[in-house]
Amino acid sequence: MRDVAIVAFAQTRHTGHDSGLSEPELILPVIEEVKERTGLRRFGFTCSGSCDYLAGAPFSFVSALDALGAWPPISESHVEMDGAWALYEAWVRLQHGDVDTALVYGFGKSSLGDLRSVMTLQLDPYYLAPLGLDQVSFAALQAAAVRADRAELDAIVRRSRAAGRDNPYALDLPDELTDDVGVAPSRASDVAPSRASDIEPLRASDVAPITDGAAAVVLAAGDAVAELCARPAHIRGIAHRIEPHYLGMRDLARSVSAADAARAAGVGKGPVEVAELHTQFAHEEIILRRALELPADTVVNPSGGPLAANPVMAAGLIRIGEAARRIHDGTASRTVGHAAGGPCLQHNLVTVLEA
Amino acid sequence: MGNRCAVIGVGQTRYTTKRRDVSIAGLVREAALRALEDAGLTFKDIDAVVVGKAPDLFEGVMMPEAYLADALGAAGKPMMRVHTAGSVGGSTALVGASLVQGGVHDRVLVVAFEKQSESNATWALSTHLPFNASLVVGAGGYFAPHIREYMRRTGAPDHIGTLVAVKDRLNALKNPYAHLRIPGIDRAMVESTPMLWEPIRYLETCPSSDGACAMVLASEPAVTGTPAWLHGTAMRSEPIFRAGRDTVNPQGGKDCAADVYRQAGVTDPRRQIDVAEVYVPFSWYEPMWLENLGFAAEGEGWKLTESGATALDGDIPWNASGGVLSSNPIGASGLIRFAEAALQVRGMAGEHQVDGARLALGHAYGGGAQFFAMWIVGRERP
Repeated sequence: MRDVAIVAFAQTRHTGHDSGLSEPELILPVIEEVKERTGLRRFGFTCSGSCDYLAGAPFSFVSALDALGAWPPISESHVEMDGAWALYEAWVRLQHGDVDTALVYGFGKSSLGDLRSVMTLQLDPYYLAPLGLDQVSFAALQAAAVRADRAELDAIVRRSRAAGRDNPYALDLPDELTDDVGVAPSRASDVAPSRASDIEPLRASDVAPITDGAAAVVLAAGDAVAELCARPAHIRGIAHRIEPHYLGMRDLARSVSAADAARAAGVGKGPVEVAELHTQFAHEEIILRRALELPADTVVNPSGGPLAANPVMAAGLIRIGEAARRIHDGTASRTVGHAAGGPCLQHNLVTVLEA
Repeated sequence: MGNRCAVIGVGQTRYTTKRRDVSIAGLVREAALRALEDAGLTFKDIDAVVVGKAPDLFEGVMMPEAYLADALGAAGKPMMRVHTAGSVGGSTALVGASLVQGGVHDRVLVVAFEKQSESNATWALSTHLPFNASLVVGAGGYFAPHIREYMRRTGAPDHIGTLVAVKDRLNALKNPYAHLRIPGIDRAMVESTPMLWEPIRYLETCPSSDGACAMVLASEPAVTGTPAWLHGTAMRSEPIFRAGRDTVNPQGGKDCAADVYRQAGVTDPRRQIDVAEVYVPFSWYEPMWLENLGFAAEGEGWKLTESGATALDGDIPWNASGGVLSSNPIGASGLIRFAEAALQVRGMAGEHQVDGARLALGHAYGGGAQFFAMWIVGRERP
């Protein structure tokens, strides 16, 4: 495959509440930042990821285009998926060989609605969605299948929050873990209180916070790589796989699709210094560590990960961006970025980055 | 453009107002199985699946590809979901083709659908974000002023739209999958229908259809059966609110056409292209796109339509299948254009086959006439 590298990454200072910015206003600064960092004003290809349901209106990506200043008209596409898949589409496009740069971005404001029940609408509309199972509840089914130790889960959350407090882009979440069940820490008032038995074995702190945010990445290939970045993060492997939708058809304690994607991306071909995992629930880290067969010394989510900031539709792209940042700043030479979609880690994307 | 890529299988459902006998999954699977059958393949032979549809608000299923993974045999494979407004069907084909052109996969299944009977498109298209003005009632309300501006600029007579409405429905009578098959369709019938959005009458708009379309795309070594070779692929987007943007004759459409023509070696589309499947959801978009795509000089598109050149027996048939005016499962409508172009150069379009078609254009547009997706397919390998 053609060598493609991440040459720039930018993200918003994510917020746990609606800051009043519209989606184009959220995107514009991060687009400007990667343009400034690379000196590029035009890109060979542009691709974005977002979800109409977060805004509750069709075509969330249409007004985003106004933030790009797409004039003259640009070669552009959009996935109704996390921005990580927009990055994948752009990586594929750069394989053609006729263009050398791509702009990728993802954005979402989950503060605007009730994310937990919105995610119910992703389920089979005939047999599953009418049951009213919300996102926290189906995650709880997976958490139960994992049978994780409570102390281990709490340790994951504390470590993630501590890392998040050191990350200027992530939320500032306390070390103390609350027992308010089913309540995301940043928007407690928005979520109907649940009885503890409803979502056993999850604790509120196991759940990624409601977050607004955006991120942008620039990919380059050929001579552009060296021209645009002193320490590019080369994409050595990138792959994704989906699993059956029905939870009853999967062993929820494992992630076969993450394991397959990791093998296809070549995670095990070398050491992994840093892995940024798209863990929207604490127990997902346990599942993904196993699926990716990460060595014990791999540092997981030094950014704090989604448990410290989870701007839906950008959070997966941010994992790849954070994994690239460790290479850009010279603190790591081989890292892994992971993104997930669908209920209970149905769909997983894994990328291996090298200096 | 990367590696060579060909369409080796096409599958369509019959387009109709209500497919009560199938779920959304059943609908897409029907199209997918027909495409696989056409290619002489099964789901096992497919490396990746790309799904496209218009806004999720239509059916109320968020990111339905997660739910459709099982029905489309995608489990264990990469699956992607494209959404680029009305152009999404075309974009879906291009994203699938890109996977082959980029050398990532050998066989890709692309599927697009809409089940309008389980949705309310005009409602979904009319909602808006807080603190943003909602300017439209559905797509017709948005596009009618652009059409009136086209008529003002060109002095086109009022009946041109009627001619397109009749011509495309006559073609639909030859297409067994078409939704609107209206016996005895003529100008008087179109002109007797109510005015919806001046100057668009009821029979000058597309219907609301249930339906799905699928294609199997293959790399050169993986070709089976009768291929339609890709000679060019292009996408263009422009901002909806850019002041000074020409919404009647958008730059994005012109640039996209120039790009795809350059790749395919087309310098005179009217002469070199044998048949075009172009996204015409309102009758007047035929003359408008004839100009935008370079088949006619600016201001002359309506004359080409009036002359009968775009009819099935004309020198440059447009929408031999009946087009979007005859079948409109929104998210699939673009993919159907691309698929019908492929059927034509494969010589498999049945009663609406254009004799000797060797080079065909597939076109889709979306948003506020700001997203464009096009491909050119040919009988010969490029």
